[in-house]
Amino acid sequence: MATIEGLDRMLAGHPFFEDMSERARGLIAGCAANRVFHRGEHLLREGDPADVFYLLRHGSVAIELHAPGRSALVLETLRDGEVIGWSWLVPPYRTQFDARAIGLVRALSINGKCLRDKCAEDSSLGYEFLSRFARLLAERLTATRLQLLDLYGHPSDYAARPAERPLEAPTSPAKPGPSGP
Amino acid sequence: MPSVPHTLPWGHAIVDPMTPARYRVESIRSELTGVFTLGLSPLDEPCGIGFAPGQFNMLYQFGVGEVPISVSGDPDRPEQLLHTIRAVGSVTNALQRLSPGGMLGVRGPFGTSWPTTPAEGADLVILAGGIGLAPLRPLIYRVLANRSRYGAVCIFYGARTPDDILYRNELEQWRGRFDMTVEVTVDRAGPDWMGRVGVVTKLLSAKGFSPPDTIACLCGPEIMMRYAVQALHEQGVGERQIYVSLERNMKCAVGLCGHCQFGASFVCKDGPVFRFDAIAERFNIREI
Repeated sequence: MATIEGLDRMLAGHPFFEDMSERARGLIAGCAANRVFHRGEHLLREGDPADVFYLLRHGSVAIELHAPGRSALVLETLRDGEVIGWSWLVPPYRTQFDARAIGLVRALSINGKCLRDKCAEDSSLGYEFLSRFARLLAERLTATRLQLLDLYGHPSDYAARPAERPLEAPTSPAKPGPSGP
Repeated sequence: MPSVPHTLPWGHAIVDPMTPARYRVESIRSELTGVFTLGLSPLDEPCGIGFAPGQFNMLYQFGVGEVPISVSGDPDRPEQLLHTIRAVGSVTNALQRLSPGGMLGVRGPFGTSWPTTPAEGADLVILAGGIGLAPLRPLIYRVLANRSRYGAVCIFYGARTPDDILYRNELEQWRGRFDMTVEVTVDRAGPDWMGRVGVVTKLLSAKGFSPPDTIACLCGPEIMMRYAVQALHEQGVGERQIYVSLERNMKCAVGLCGHCQFGASFVCKDGPVFRFDAIAERFNIREI
């Protein structure tokens, strides 16, 4: 089992915490544990209490959404150096998506309740921590919006409505590239 | 219209850039749904016309019309002219209906090319989205044929789904090499997909290139390129190190008709490949 000192070293080596103060890392290490998941195991399950998040050290994890009557939809994959789980930050602290190990995964799990309590007691730690998560959430939101655009979809699926149609109809030459008119 | 002398980057002049040369369809290969690659051989010049990676030709389907299509084949094999095309309109749909032995007209090659020479000695990031990999494939061929002249070579590719990955076999072959990085991501996938899911710009966070010593070549939807430029900036890659290929409505292909005007530039003549600092101010202006 990893010691607090060992966990602190792992935290320091993770991109999410690499430039965090030693004091803050020490506090977080008290809420951390080393975990291993095998292929197909779930790190998080939608609807479960969100009392933990993970810092991925090795491996790949699929963030999934399930809908009745269809197979799971993979929204995103996360890899070494990334963070899994933000629901522990936001009431009612319920996990929003599944997180499934695609292969062998090594991760640091951080107890969200423990960390929330420490952030409530130490506002500078709370600010430092929330700043990092705000940036992470902004990056994920931007990425999700780009995915929603369906950038590579067939142009005819997204042709301008007649009122917005450009002078050249979509069937006219359009690209000095692989997709012709 | 009078003929316009058109000089290729290596000094060879097209006699009359407005007159198509006759080409025969040697092969037609289905790449993806609605995407196909035409293999053409020249009837008028047996050796074929040389081209530089990133340039395009005007393909003329007799009786239907003409379209600008980037060359997607190997620049060192000009006798086998390849164009990968998405069937999205009357001309490209007619091209898709061609079969081996069919004829079409070709004007070109036109436009600027990827910076194969300036990139020598530098790390090379090649970032493509969707069918935007096609205009970059000649660059990849050229770089791999002269691999020792370049530093790290990274190909980052994004597609809609695993079934929409263009040139999948070649990507797998390139990925199997020990001297380059190839990362692929898709926007959506089912649980059987073992690869990455997410936006292509996220791949840029993977190390494997040295930002101050990198030349980046981007091709794909303009929104994707906008965010890719932003992500490259965050990594420390400057505007003068980034090249983008733009798509506009090309007609004459020699800078006369103005259909492809992009601010002060004609994409057919001054592009389609631009160094980003030359167009940075115009890139986010929606009216152009």
